[in-house]
Amino acid sequence: MTPDPAQVAVSLRGINKRFGAVQANRAVDLTVPKGTIHGIVGENGAGKSTLMSILYGFYQADSGSISIDGHPVQIRGSHDAIACGVGMVHQHFMLVDNLSALDNVMLGAEPHWQLDTARRLVRRKLEPLMAESGLKVNLDARVDELPVGERQRLEILKTLYRGAHILILDEPTAVLTPAETEALFHTLRGLRARGTTVLLITHKLKEIMALCDHVTVMRGGAVVLDTPIADTSIDGLAEAMVGRHVNLGRRDAAARRPGPALLEAKGLSLRDELGVARLDGVSLRLNAGEIVGVAGVSGNGQSELLDLLSGLRAPDSGTLAIGTHTFDARHWLDPALARELRIAHVPEDRHQRGLVLPFAAWESAVLGYQQRPRYSHHGWMQQRTMRGDCSAMMERYDVRPRNPALRSSRFSGGNQQKLVLAREAMPEPRILLVGQPTRGVDIGAIEFIHGRLRALRDGGGAVLLVSSELDEILALSDRVIVMNAGRISGELPIEQCTETAVGRLMAGAAVH
Amino acid sequence: MSQPTELPRWMDLVLLPAVNLGMALAVSAIVLLIVGHDPGQVLGLLVKGAFGSKAGLSYTLYYATTFVFTGLAVAVAFHGGLFNIGGEGQAMMGGLGATLAALAFAPHLPAVLTLPLMIVAAMAFGLAWAAVPAALQAWRGSHVVITTIMFNFLAAALLGYLLVGPLKEPGNMAPESRAFGDSARMPGWHELMAWLGVDWPKTPLNLSLLLALAAAVGVALALFRSQPGYALRAVGFSPEAARYAGIAPRTQIMRSMMLSGALAGLVAINELAGVQGRLLAEFVAGAGFAGIAVSLIGRNHPLGIVLASLLFGALYQGGAELAFEIQGFSREMVFTLQGLIVLFAGAMSQVAAPALARLHRTLRRPREAAHG
Repeated sequence: MTPDPAQVAVSLRGINKRFGAVQANRAVDLTVPKGTIHGIVGENGAGKSTLMSILYGFYQADSGSISIDGHPVQIRGSHDAIACGVGMVHQHFMLVDNLSALDNVMLGAEPHWQLDTARRLVRRKLEPLMAESGLKVNLDARVDELPVGERQRLEILKTLYRGAHILILDEPTAVLTPAETEALFHTLRGLRARGTTVLLITHKLKEIMALCDHVTVMRGGAVVLDTPIADTSIDGLAEAMVGRHVNLGRRDAAARRPGPALLEAKGLSLRDELGVARLDGVSLRLNAGEIVGVAGVSGNGQSELLDLLSGLRAPDSGTLAIGTHTFDARHWLDPALARELRIAHVPEDRHQRGLVLPFAAWESAVLGYQQRPRYSHHGWMQQRTMRGDCSAMMERYDVRPRNPALRSSRFSGGNQQKLVLAREAMPEPRILLVGQPTRGVDIGAIEFIHGRLRALRDGGGAVLLVSSELDEILALSDRVIVMNAGRISGELPIEQCTETAVGRLMAGAAVH
Repeated sequence: MSQPTELPRWMDLVLLPAVNLGMALAVSAIVLLIVGHDPGQVLGLLVKGAFGSKAGLSYTLYYATTFVFTGLAVAVAFHGGLFNIGGEGQAMMGGLGATLAALAFAPHLPAVLTLPLMIVAAMAFGLAWAAVPAALQAWRGSHVVITTIMFNFLAAALLGYLLVGPLKEPGNMAPESRAFGDSARMPGWHELMAWLGVDWPKTPLNLSLLLALAAAVGVALALFRSQPGYALRAVGFSPEAARYAGIAPRTQIMRSMMLSGALAGLVAINELAGVQGRLLAEFVAGAGFAGIAVSLIGRNHPLGIVLASLLFGALYQGGAELAFEIQGFSREMVFTLQGLIVLFAGAMSQVAAPALARLHRTLRRPREAAHG
């Protein structure tokens, strides 16, 4: 079935692109009809970003052709793409924080040399555009005052102002709360109704199923599946992405009997520099042999909780008992002591904290354990041991490439995460604190990481799992704590956890 | 899509610096032509002056010794994530320390005891002078770039006061201390060579050269092989990751600045114990600042710093020779040549990298095609 060429917004034919030894795109064909939402999914490195970068003119294809609205075009740079009506919203926003929203829209496309006149002209054009598309943005606010969801609307508005009728969105929901995500989807459906074509790059299969008309799955640079959404399922997409069957659901239905308490925190409170309460009387208990999930919309105190329990910060008040050790606000745990007490920590931000990016992998592989006698004899680092241990970690956790001398920054996100997890989990800690273990990680690796966390629990360890992915919490936890505005809004055994129940607690509804 | 260009290691360490030096020389040649000199003659004389005779080579190495100390000082702080611009002041204070040790011990002790005491004193004074800005940074957040600059002025003022007051030799008009005495003198290179039976001209080059090389090896081992070095570099690259790893950034700020100051203090051994034999107000003569360029060109690596120091030493010595040999060749012209080299090899060191990366790709493509 060949659609009428006049009804096709984007047509890519036989796109090939090579970077050195890597074939990033291999004979890729893609057809996107006008006025549809088209999902493009694939693991990291599957070539989806390269393909969109070719469409937006960041890269030129080695061979192949591009047609927009039925006309063959040459796209040599983003200005060509914009001239063809293609706009792109990047995962990391391209906004000037200290300019107003209006100035950001105008920047680089000023209709008049006098800024006041230009602003007036732009505003006159934007107001109907906002009303019609439902993209409401406070044009006079400075960008750094806008919430994340509104910044994203601003990015979309910017492309529409420049005349885009084909919109590429790269991982648009990565930074959004569930409510903001829903609002974005509503907007995108509205744009589709107006005839705008949307290309959505994401790794969240649920969103593809909820929003798209059609989906293209890429693996190893080539298209492996191209199907209307009605003819596929989440499992079907996951299998196509990874190339084998994956199971991210729960493994065990049987109730588990937890062991003795390993850690007990009481009344943890913390204010930030501005005096805003980040944590307010949080108490929790971690038992041997259980995974406790901490659910909640990002920014409701989960990160601060991890900081306190790992010793990175001390609370303003509260107590902590770990085995026979007790701590209070004045004498708090520090990260080195935490490791002595066999508390391991996989931090939420692996780039800032989990690794020293310019270090070789073998140097990052001992981060936090650098003073252990195994690695440091009389102050001299035992390089051979460090390299050997790093190789062992890479082997056991399937870190690719298996090259301890490679800089930490040159591994992909999933492999960096596996290295951090290997470092923290292989010494078999009593307590493992994990933040966002699978953020930006491929599906295949997610399955593996979940397996390691379960193995640690089955070996008698306690795991505190902080994740913004509710599915992950539900798949792994034995008990779920829900946080809202720095407090624990509820605690549920896994049998009573439904998305609705947890969702209500996430929104701050009271229990009972 | 601007990522730093990744080159193979050998290109990064050998070819790129060579290309940078080549570009600097090419532009220098153009400038020389415009001014009316023969570039071939000038560059030839520069090289000949710096390396063409035992005496020339000795002067080159003598200048290089000082730059090794100040270059290492900058590099150590840099690995800890700090920009120590206070090498100048720390070296001056090192001079004060060495002088006090010499004046106190030289009349009573032999050289084998006096010289080590002077080395320790020079390092201790440089260290202490760096410790104050370090503490202000660690506990008060005052930026070391600002405070170390201010401490340069303070050191100069303090030295000036002492040399026209308490330390001034009675009866001498110049702002100098009295002479240290024989046992506070670092043996000259010619003495070592004479002892080995080799004929060597008498020049300012002295055994401080060996001290400088030992310092370079020591710094390399400390940074890349020791546990404190690991902690230091972790803080320099990523303070957050270091905190996560249980490394206190404050301790590392203190450590890297104090080691940096101690290294800068060693300039006094080369200049005062090795050559002057007394304390002069201007003995550092900008070497502390030159250390920044040396470290930059040497990519903050001890081996690179030794090589960059050699380059700077050659420029100083060869440049002096030029001004002497060529009629109408001004000192400013020498500074211009030095400036161009710093510009290309230091400030613009990555300019040629993308072109080299492209070249590397085109050269590799046929091979890959043949394989696959």
